[in-house]
Amino acid sequence: MKVEADATKCCGSGMCVLTDPDVFDQSEDDGTVVVLDAEPAASHHAAAREAAALCPAGAITVHE
Amino acid sequence: MTETISTGLPMTRDNPFDPPAELGVLREETPMNRLRFPDGHLGWLVTGHELVRQVMGDRRFSSRSELHHIAIRRGNTPIGRRPPATPGMFIGMDAPDHTKYRKLLTGQFTVRRMNLLSARVEEIVLGQIAEMRERGTSADLVTAFALPVPSLVICELLGVPYEERHSFQEDTATALRLESSVDEAMAAFERVKDFIRDLVRRKRSEPGDDMLSGLIAADEHLDDEEVTGMGVLLLIAGHETTANMLGLGTLTLLSNPDQLAALRADPSLIDNTVEELLRYQTIVQFGATRTALEDVEIGGHQVKAGETLSLSLPAANRDPHKFDRPDEFDVERSASGHMSFGHGVHQCLGQQLARIEMRIGFAALFREFPDLRLSVPVDEVPLRTDMAIYGVHALPVGWS
Repeated sequence: MKVEADATKCCGSGMCVLTDPDVFDQSEDDGTVVVLDAEPAASHHAAAREAAALCPAGAITVHE
Repeated sequence: MTETISTGLPMTRDNPFDPPAELGVLREETPMNRLRFPDGHLGWLVTGHELVRQVMGDRRFSSRSELHHIAIRRGNTPIGRRPPATPGMFIGMDAPDHTKYRKLLTGQFTVRRMNLLSARVEEIVLGQIAEMRERGTSADLVTAFALPVPSLVICELLGVPYEERHSFQEDTATALRLESSVDEAMAAFERVKDFIRDLVRRKRSEPGDDMLSGLIAADEHLDDEEVTGMGVLLLIAGHETTANMLGLGTLTLLSNPDQLAALRADPSLIDNTVEELLRYQTIVQFGATRTALEDVEIGGHQVKAGETLSLSLPAANRDPHKFDRPDEFDVERSASGHMSFGHGVHQCLGQQLARIEMRIGFAALFREFPDLRLSVPVDEVPLRTDMAIYGVHALPVGWS
C-alpha cells in the first residue's frame, strides 16, 4: 500500500491523525496533513483506508 | 412518478431521542426531495447519508450566506435572505476567502494542540463539579455544568483575563438563554462582540499565548474587524454546540442505563461513546445549507443553479444504508463517518476540541457522581425542539 496526501487540498480537520496517528500527522505551522509512513505495514491498512474515506477534503489517496 | 413537495422542514419529534419520524419516511422514499421554503423558493431537502456527504464535499455547492434561502421560520414570518458574511465569519464564505481565514486557524486546532489542552479542560470540568457539590445534592446540569464548561474553555482559548471571565460568561449566557427577550439577547450579544473587539485591540499591544494573539501574529494584514469576527465565530461555534451535547448526552446516557453501565464497566469506551452520542443525537438539526452555483446532476436529480439545499444531518446519521440498527444507541458500535461535524472543507474546525471536552466532561461527571440521576421524568425535560441547535433547556439532576 502507498499513501499519498495533498496538503493543498487539506482543510486541517485532523480526522486522519485521529484515525491513525502512526501514519498521519499535522504540520505545526498550518495544521495540514503530513504523511509519516507512506508505505504502512499491513496492520495499518484498514485505518489508512478509513482515513482516506473520512477525509472531508478528499486530500488522501491510498494506492493498494 | 409525480413529484411530491415538502412544505417546511419536519420538526415534530415523538420523543427526545429520535429525529422527526417524517424525516425517516422521506429518506427511504426520496432521499432528495423538493422542499418549498418559507419565502416561496423551491429547493431541496436532502436526508440520505451518501447524498448529504456528496453535497458537502462538492464545491459547486456554495456556503455563501447571501445565496441561501432560509428553511426555518421565526414565528410566522419567513426569514429574509441573509447579507454576505461579515469580515472573519468564514463559515459563510467559499474559497478563496474561506481558505484564507481557515488556514490561519487550522494550525491552532490540530489534534496535538488540542490534546495539550486536556489538563486545563480537566481542571475546568472538576472546578464546575466541585461547585455543584458545594451547593448541595441537586442542580440544573445545563446552568451548572453544560454551559460554563465550554464557555470557560473558550475564555482560555481566546485569552480572556480571569477577572473578566464572569461578565463575559454572564453576557454569553444571556445571549443564549430562552428566557431572555430578543432585545436582551441582542444587547448581550453586542456586548460580547464589543468585548472581543476590545480584547483584540489589547492583544495587539500586549500579545499572549492565546488564539487571538496567534491570529494577529500570523497575518499582519488582518484588521481588528476580521480578528473580532473570527473570535465571535469561535465563540458561537464552540459554546452552544458543546453545551447542548453535554446536556443532551447526559440525558441520553441516564436514559440508557445498560449503555451507561457498559461505559462504567470499561471507561476506555469513552472515545467511542462520544462518537456514538454525536451520531445518535445530532444537535445541528436544521442549519446545514448549500446553494448550487451551477446546474448539477446528483442522486438522479437535476439541481439548477441558485437552488438551495437544506441538508438534514440528523436524518443522514440515522440512515440504515450507512449504520446498522441506526435508531439504537450503542456505545460499542463504530459511529465513524457520522455527519455531525459536517463534511467537506467547512467540516467543523473545533471538532477535536469538542471531542476532548465531551470525553473529559462525561467521564468526570459519571465518575464523580456515581449515582447521578434525573430529578424529573424524562417527558418533563424541556427540549429545544424548534431551535437551530437541538438539546435540553434545563436538566434537573440529583446525586447523594
